[in-house]
Amino acid sequence: MSYAQIEKEGGVAVVWLDQPGERVNKISLDLLDEFKALLDETERDGDVKGVVLISRKEDNFIAGADIDRIREAAGPEYAESLSRQGHVLLNRLEKFRKPVVAAIHGAALGGGLELALACAYRIASDDPRTILALPEVKLGLLPAGGGTQRLPRLIGLQAALDMMLTGKNIYPRQAKKMGLVDDLVHPYGLRRAAGIAALELAGKPMERKIKQPLLAGLLESNRYSRNLVYNKAEKMVQKQTWGNYPAPFRIIDCVRTGLEQNRTAGLEAEASKFGELSMTPQSKELVQIFFSMTALKKNPQKELARPVRKIAVLGAGLMGSGIANVSAVNGMDVILKDISLDAAGQGEKAVWQDLSGKVRKRAMTTFQRDRVFSRITGTDHYKGFEKADLVIEAVFEDLDLKKKILAETEAVLREDAIYASNTSSIPIAMIAEASRRPGQVIGMHYFSPVPQMPLLEIIVTPKTAPWVTATALDAGIRQGKTVIVVNDGPGFYTTRILAPLMNEALELLDEGGDIPEIDRAMRRFGYPVGPIALLDEVGIDVGVHVSRILGRLFAGRDVKPSAAMEKLSQAGYKGRKNNRGFYLYGDPPGKGKEKGKKKKEINRDVYAFFGGPQRKKIDTAEIQNRLSLVMVNEAAWCLQEGILQSPRDGDIGAVFGLGFPPFLGGPFRYLDRLGLAKALALFAEFEKRHGPRFSPAVILRDYERESRRFYL
Amino acid sequence: MRQEISQGRKAVLVDGCRIPFLRSGTAYRDLTPYDLGRLALKALLTRTMIEPAKVGQVIMGTVISRLATSNVARESALGAGFPIQIPAFTVTMACISANVAITTGVDLIRTGQADVVVAGGTESMSDIPISYRKPMRQKFMEAQRYKGPLDYLQFLKGMNLKDLLPEIPSIAEFSTGRIMGEDCDRLAARLGVSREEQDEYAVRSHLAAAAATKEGLLAGEIDPVMVPPDFRPIREDNGFRADTTPEKMASLRPAFVKKYGTVTAGNSSFLTDGAAAVLLMAEDTANALGYTPKASIRAYAYSAQDPQEELLLGPAYATPKALDLAGLELSNMDVFEFHEAFAGQILANLKCLASDRFAGEKLGRSRKVGDVPMEKFNTLGGSLSLGHPFGATGARLVTTAVNRLIREDGTFALVAACAAGAMGSAIILERWK
Repeated sequence: MSYAQIEKEGGVAVVWLDQPGERVNKISLDLLDEFKALLDETERDGDVKGVVLISRKEDNFIAGADIDRIREAAGPEYAESLSRQGHVLLNRLEKFRKPVVAAIHGAALGGGLELALACAYRIASDDPRTILALPEVKLGLLPAGGGTQRLPRLIGLQAALDMMLTGKNIYPRQAKKMGLVDDLVHPYGLRRAAGIAALELAGKPMERKIKQPLLAGLLESNRYSRNLVYNKAEKMVQKQTWGNYPAPFRIIDCVRTGLEQNRTAGLEAEASKFGELSMTPQSKELVQIFFSMTALKKNPQKELARPVRKIAVLGAGLMGSGIANVSAVNGMDVILKDISLDAAGQGEKAVWQDLSGKVRKRAMTTFQRDRVFSRITGTDHYKGFEKADLVIEAVFEDLDLKKKILAETEAVLREDAIYASNTSSIPIAMIAEASRRPGQVIGMHYFSPVPQMPLLEIIVTPKTAPWVTATALDAGIRQGKTVIVVNDGPGFYTTRILAPLMNEALELLDEGGDIPEIDRAMRRFGYPVGPIALLDEVGIDVGVHVSRILGRLFAGRDVKPSAAMEKLSQAGYKGRKNNRGFYLYGDPPGKGKEKGKKKKEINRDVYAFFGGPQRKKIDTAEIQNRLSLVMVNEAAWCLQEGILQSPRDGDIGAVFGLGFPPFLGGPFRYLDRLGLAKALALFAEFEKRHGPRFSPAVILRDYERESRRFYL
Repeated sequence: MRQEISQGRKAVLVDGCRIPFLRSGTAYRDLTPYDLGRLALKALLTRTMIEPAKVGQVIMGTVISRLATSNVARESALGAGFPIQIPAFTVTMACISANVAITTGVDLIRTGQADVVVAGGTESMSDIPISYRKPMRQKFMEAQRYKGPLDYLQFLKGMNLKDLLPEIPSIAEFSTGRIMGEDCDRLAARLGVSREEQDEYAVRSHLAAAAATKEGLLAGEIDPVMVPPDFRPIREDNGFRADTTPEKMASLRPAFVKKYGTVTAGNSSFLTDGAAAVLLMAEDTANALGYTPKASIRAYAYSAQDPQEELLLGPAYATPKALDLAGLELSNMDVFEFHEAFAGQILANLKCLASDRFAGEKLGRSRKVGDVPMEKFNTLGGSLSLGHPFGATGARLVTTAVNRLIREDGTFALVAACAAGAMGSAIILERWK
């Protein structure tokens, strides 16, 4: 198999990387071997003065290491050996007597960027598809191709840590500014420019200085102040991850070893820690999520999907405008309807502000914004709906209202139009009762804020036609969402499993628990937001509404939710939206001089609903176990009842929709890792103390008896 | 794909002319587009001896318009002595503005709206309007409402030092933010047009212009002018370099894509001041007034493409459209006059016209539009060497093409040009017999 072709012209050997049969080039031991042979050849050839490394792929240089191979490895040896062999080769590349120029167009990620870092010169195309990043940390790994060593020496310690600890994308202009690449040129001139640069460098090698602010340079100039940088970075990582992720710490270790001892030691640390990280549960789970997500980007029933060119969104509020936004950005025409033009205008404004934010960040030009924005038409009537292929209703959560609007809208739609309701809990079948074409009614549950939240939960009823599901799925994927398809039922999947978790938090309060302690315990567990703060965000009134919808279902299992929520709601506590919740939110942002002056604090008045101000300490592990198990159990019920089609969908839904800790992989991966025997023991204990809330789903006992796992 | 369209009356071109095209900042530096337009219109009246009152409409193209003369056609016409009763309007379509002026005139004649139309264009790049930045402009607007001297204290409130700096109009493409030279560099690289080919073509253009000037082949279209401040006669264009060589061209640095680019100041058109105009008539009106037309306008077409990748490919798209409308093939053309924005742009367009793949992928045609024989192509120089006053170039191309048709005893001429905004124009002229 040949990964590269070599082409010699005018003293320059151009190495074209082109992994056969793949859309992207990936780093693997095979590629490294072939690359080594190419180096040997160019080294021998006296006519070759310089070398250019360039990709033949349309939108990538090298997209990173072949994660499949690392995942399949049984022990740390494969990863470690990949790293070591990479080191040998890249060290040789770095010291190569003929200048090697990396010509980067498209994605240069992970090992791809590390390969470029070992070259004498980097020139990138000024194309929006050109992205440079070391995203290993997102997979619980570290840059193991010398990245932790070469990057700080090229762009400075702080900039390098920032890149490696966040894994963020660097775009061409910024890359040039920070010295990550030496020059930019348009994509069509890349090969030629790299050739010129290689010949120039063959004449005289270049001196490079780190491009960084004076102060940063000063801070990094000696080991004492560098120590401050490492410590600060570790503190930040600890604060943000609660120590749940080992990779960021290992990255800092490697950088530190390299800079404070020497590079050989740094590389050694890199290889061994890479092997070690590749076997950590955190990395395994993150990699699993990555693969699940990639799989979900494909529509398995593509051939059934009909084209969606124009969509209509009913309701121009936060949800509706968000849906309009992601649709327009991805090339669909959107009618954004509300009751009045004023309301529709506010929806347009929300989109405009979001897009303008992208313009400020240079993720988009003003002209691109204008073109995208022009796809959205705010309106207060149904004219034009006959052209819509898909309608997404995003009005207030009220069954009668939703049914009324469905009937009204269906009357003006084409026979073959799809009607989707964006509801978070109302069963779709109930809404579809108002429809003359229930086969074309489906649920599309988006998460707020829509442009930022990656998940879309599609809900199908027994009547939903397969082509309708396929088409909605296609539209969702085009909107850039990770989509799971679930079956209908109260609260579907995500809302249904969130409700018991929130309820359990309220039960803990009833038992005398402390608001910040409960929230902190769950953040420590790995959630981005604590459950009580989340309830404030969602709205206590919404919580009550959801709780009513789910009431019958839970009552069937003898589960009775906490009564406090209903009472709080009746007493006018709505949460963040009216600044009366479990927390007080200080001044609303953006109001004169006082804006954001007061910080969020505990609303102690709320304790009156939970037995008074006297609070007691509840064990952190108890909080974490109860809250996570009650949710995981509900997920298992969903799988058992066929709400979920697979454990994978359940895991992705919980991680991307609800912030379930990614390093735990999702409810089902969590159960697999915990072991069902142990989980059932915990359930038994909690059931004894707290009643049927903790009766495990039947499927858990079945699986345990049969020694089955959710993942093979 | 041949189309027949109802053309109504036949529109003919009686004659055309221009004032010498000069590099910006030279002898026209004190003149405005209005002045240059006035000079060209006056020259056309003088040369054709047309009774101005017989003209039904004056149309002029321009690109960088001045606030004071935003309808520069009307002001230039009045300034040139046209009677006040003759309507005049100004059109703009970037570098093909004069093309639009001419084809609009043709349509007015075809549909019977006018019997005689004067069409052309004018441009001055010596004195482009520079404005204040928006905060400053807003302050000026507010200041109009100030009453007492104390009000003026508000003027500086909230102002930034940066706001005082002038705003220089950018020649960048609005939609992409790129300068046209950068686009040409991308295009040339994408289509594999080398620096050497571009330089070679640029040398050809300059030497052809120099030779044509020396042999007097352009004298038939240039009317000399005497302008303030010193009123010395100006008879010739001053932009071409008779002494240029491939070596001199090769020594220039890339102008738009620093270090690695292939487009230089030498193989690009330069900033130019100038104006040009043509006299159009209905064929029967020409007969009745005793004029012998030079050519008729057989067909024309406009195209628009993707500003990201095809900014300068207008001729490659517009040419086949116009040929189809005329029911002709590229091989029927005897004279080619293409606007030379850049050498790279010309070579890229010629490549596309001669490419089966381009025809298949972009034009939906089974085979290429055709190979352009270089001995018939821009033989008297072009925008690279004669200059390119944006709004006037189309009228120069048409005039040169008809004069060449007669001199070279041909039948059909093709005029084509590209324009900012990724648009193209093609006009097919037929020698009048």
